[in-house]
Amino acid sequence: MTTETLPDVPKTHTPVRRHKSGSIISLILRYALLVFFLFVVLIPAYVLFITSFKGPGDATPSRAWLFPQEWTTDGWKSAWDTLSPALWRTFAMVIPASIISAVIGSLNGFVLSRWRFPGADIVFTLILFGMFIPYQAVLVPLVSLMGDLQIDKGVPSLIVLHVVYGIPITTLIFRNYYSSVPQDLVEAARVDGAGMLRTYGWIFLPLSAPAFVVVLIWQFTSAWNDYLFALFFSSSRNGPVTISLKFLASGQLQDYSASMAGALIASVPTLIVYVVLGRWFVGGLMAGSVKG
Amino acid sequence: MRRSWRTWAPGLILLLPSMVLIGIFVYGLIVANVQTSLTDQHTRVGPGNWAGLENYRTLFGDEDFRYGLRNLLYYTLAFLAGTLLIGFVWAWLLERGLWGEGFFRAVYLFPMAVSFIASGVVWRWLLNSAEGDRATGLNRGFDSLHLGFLSNEWWSNERWGILAIAVPAVWQLAGYVMALFLAGFRGIPEELREAARMDGASEWKLYRHVIFPQLSPVALSAIIIVGHMSLKVFDLIVAIAGDTNYTTKVPAIDLWTEYSRGDYAISSAIGTVLLVIVAVLIVPYLVYTFRQERRR
Repeated sequence: MTTETLPDVPKTHTPVRRHKSGSIISLILRYALLVFFLFVVLIPAYVLFITSFKGPGDATPSRAWLFPQEWTTDGWKSAWDTLSPALWRTFAMVIPASIISAVIGSLNGFVLSRWRFPGADIVFTLILFGMFIPYQAVLVPLVSLMGDLQIDKGVPSLIVLHVVYGIPITTLIFRNYYSSVPQDLVEAARVDGAGMLRTYGWIFLPLSAPAFVVVLIWQFTSAWNDYLFALFFSSSRNGPVTISLKFLASGQLQDYSASMAGALIASVPTLIVYVVLGRWFVGGLMAGSVKG
Repeated sequence: MRRSWRTWAPGLILLLPSMVLIGIFVYGLIVANVQTSLTDQHTRVGPGNWAGLENYRTLFGDEDFRYGLRNLLYYTLAFLAGTLLIGFVWAWLLERGLWGEGFFRAVYLFPMAVSFIASGVVWRWLLNSAEGDRATGLNRGFDSLHLGFLSNEWWSNERWGILAIAVPAVWQLAGYVMALFLAGFRGIPEELREAARMDGASEWKLYRHVIFPQLSPVALSAIIIVGHMSLKVFDLIVAIAGDTNYTTKVPAIDLWTEYSRGDYAISSAIGTVLLVIVAVLIVPYLVYTFRQERRR
């Protein structure tokens, strides 16, 4: 981290200097662009923040981009009143859904990478396809199926749906992760007479913490942010926060300060997860995309 | 490689519940959906009678549905172009590493953690179509920056309105594509760059002929992921323009409208059309990765 620049100097003088002066200009240019994009990306965050503290006095269009004349938390209060019951329901839905998904994904990933059976690749590809289907292609019969299974609308239905449709992605992440565990370990355990569950419990489970974190984050954020399933399988009385936020934001009065405060409230949990576990989050994104 | 079934059977048993669930909830329901789409069940209670391809004929004969398909195509092209271009530029700016890299990366990526419904709240405000004195949002911002010529009616425009929805979509996912490209850049061995420099390649030539070609698998993944997300677009449109707005309608919106009306046959036909569109993109990719895996 500290002094590692000195030793390499003598080799080639002029090229290094030319390279350096060139790179200073390019460095400034890069920073200028990066900062410009930074502001562009943060515009919506700025608007959300200032508008959420505005009162009726700031409604005039000419003050749209300015700080509130008088900072008020009325918007936050009314947003909280509308959203808080849904917020707890969302936690009650998302936490079990992500834990169950992670456990299933871990077992599946283990079998498909290190305890394979004939045809495992085909089964894996067929499971993987489930990740890509547009849920619209199954929604209509899905409503009837869930009705036939007599699973209550709201939290119970949504847990089942996020677990079932989470199987492909969680299986994929764990399978890729376990592929890096040497097969020799499995063979050694076999020689020692360990069966499948022991091999999993003794060798794979203790190594799994990073993959569990990735999968839990992934499932947490996607279930938290889901709207489509929530729309078909819950209502504003028993649904998650996206439903209530939509309800709040599309009211007749267009109370922008309340809906923007609501948008911030609804995003806090995923943003915390993202800030605290950001590195893992990116890891999860990678695992879900670039394979191998 | 061939083992006795005693060894592998437990694995199959462990996987069986997931296979059954996916079998029912994905493949079984796709079949059920296609079946419904081939009947005349224009109500909530079935079953209807066999109607062949009648519903599909109705759909493709309907100008409004074709307009939705056209919107979906425009949206997908804009979304893909925007995320790939911006994501790539961001990754390129960051790939050699500079002070504060982690910070820039985190800010560029943060919109991804937010739901489309939440970001739709602010983008609905930003993309407000009012101009002149009543302008708010981006139009007002452009005015005060003396960029008034940029202000427009956004998603209210009948021809290009759908492209306004691609703006927040790009905002939300460009960071993700950046992360993909960044991983791609970092995966290129340093020796390759060194070798090219030794051969006297200029920095630009180095990128053009050595580095960029190495990134094409990453670009392919990004196209697949962003492309299939794009074809599913629904939440964002509902949050910004609402589910009854004509200028931003896509098949997924039609499906919701028809479903709410109780027309199960038509809504499942729309679902099937969406599935076919996504499958055209995904199945070749899955077959390709499946073959790659085998080769290993």
